[in-house]
Amino acid sequence: MKFSVIIDALPYLLGAAVTTIWVSLLGVLLGQVIGVAVCVARQSGGRAADMAGGVYVSFFRGVPLLIQLLLIYYMLPLIGIDVPPLVASIAALGLASGAYVSEIYRGALNAVPHGQSEAALALGFPGRSIWARILLPQAFRISVPALVNELILLLKASSLISVVGVAELTRTSQTISASNYRPLEIYLAAGLIYLAINGALALFGTLVERRLQQA
Amino acid sequence: MTAVSQTATPPRSSAAGDAVPMVSIRGVGKSFGTNEVLRDIDLTVNRSEVVCLIGPSGSGKSTLLRCINFLEVYDRGEIRIEGKLVGYTEDAPRRRLSNRDLRDLRRNVGMVFQQFNLWPHMTALENVAEALVQVRGMDKAAAAAHARRMLDRVGLAAKADSYPARLSGGQQQRVAIARVIAMEPHLMLFDEPTSALDPELVGEVLQVMRDLAADGMTMVVVTHEMGFAANVADKVAFLDRGRIAAFGTPREVFHGSMEPRVQQFLQTYHERNSF
Repeated sequence: MKFSVIIDALPYLLGAAVTTIWVSLLGVLLGQVIGVAVCVARQSGGRAADMAGGVYVSFFRGVPLLIQLLLIYYMLPLIGIDVPPLVASIAALGLASGAYVSEIYRGALNAVPHGQSEAALALGFPGRSIWARILLPQAFRISVPALVNELILLLKASSLISVVGVAELTRTSQTISASNYRPLEIYLAAGLIYLAINGALALFGTLVERRLQQA
Repeated sequence: MTAVSQTATPPRSSAAGDAVPMVSIRGVGKSFGTNEVLRDIDLTVNRSEVVCLIGPSGSGKSTLLRCINFLEVYDRGEIRIEGKLVGYTEDAPRRRLSNRDLRDLRRNVGMVFQQFNLWPHMTALENVAEALVQVRGMDKAAAAAHARRMLDRVGLAAKADSYPARLSGGQQQRVAIARVIAMEPHLMLFDEPTSALDPELVGEVLQVMRDLAADGMTMVVVTHEMGFAANVADKVAFLDRGRIAAFGTPREVFHGSMEPRVQQFLQTYHERNSF
């Protein structure tokens, strides 16, 4: 073990970690949007919407993320959409995450008592207000622990996008260790950086939960 | 049915609209599968009247109440609020009302639930103000000011910034009542408003309801509080197995009814509440 190797590589690794973080963040945001939309559509959009949502969820939960990523990466050019690897990666992460998030919200909505929306209905609320003001805020609160879990899983899963050549933390570690022949030090450093990021996410999750509990 | 005719003329002012009853229920029936939960219900509620629905559990009183604002769909007969048919269009094979029309109808009908159904992620004030913003389209500041006055009316101005979890059951139910009266409904429906409360908290909620009745609010109340029914109600309807088995003034139903089921029900009630 030579720690000087790590210190030399650290600026590059940290730079790559920033890419990991914002790719994951965009993936999570996309996943949230897709997840909420799919969940709401399945609950209130009638049978066709429910079935379409069901197919979406079972595909993106049932196929390994790596395969999904490669499919998106190689398939889109075939139908004339030429996307940079970064965009394909964010799309893959978001689509996969959306499937899980929609199920998280579905579970959380089941935990919101029926009387909550009934009170709003009786007052004459339009449907979208019931979703936006009554159901989703409560579902979100219930979901926070599961969503933080999902966030951490997604950040780790983002290491898969190294295969399409995005210079994130894992890919950069591979590149550096291939040139300095010090894989152990470099992957150890990369592992610790992942650990630190996820530790911070978990802490953030705890703070959000505590904040929401005060209400 | 102990036929106690509605001879008592409702109080009338000169306003022409007063001739139309607040609620008119004619021949209403409802089934869950093969189970007939409401059969041929007739009931009229006039303006400013308080009508209590009493009866054993499973007799259909909550279902009937929930049909009035169409939270529950009735299959047969018709329910009218201020002359407007509830839940259906007026054309011959009747169709379900659009969501928009249903919302317009529900705006004028407030409902208070057994489990309060306050929104736990909002303060007492926000609970009351929310519908003013979402349904009435008031701006936030005006809604908050109006909500504060409503909380004051139920004696909870000091709790405006408390979340429901920090309130007693009685206080929660008073907030729920404030949430409804803020919308200035023409009619209020109460679904066992005190059944989920500890006995010492029942009084404060009943007091608020008495005040509303005294102010002339039209109220339909499903309740097990016979004292409230006896003292506050103008009319009492006793339901049994989906029918109105007795109807009249509290005196007529509680003391005059020969209907054995009414007698039996009251007997059980007295036994349970004496020691």
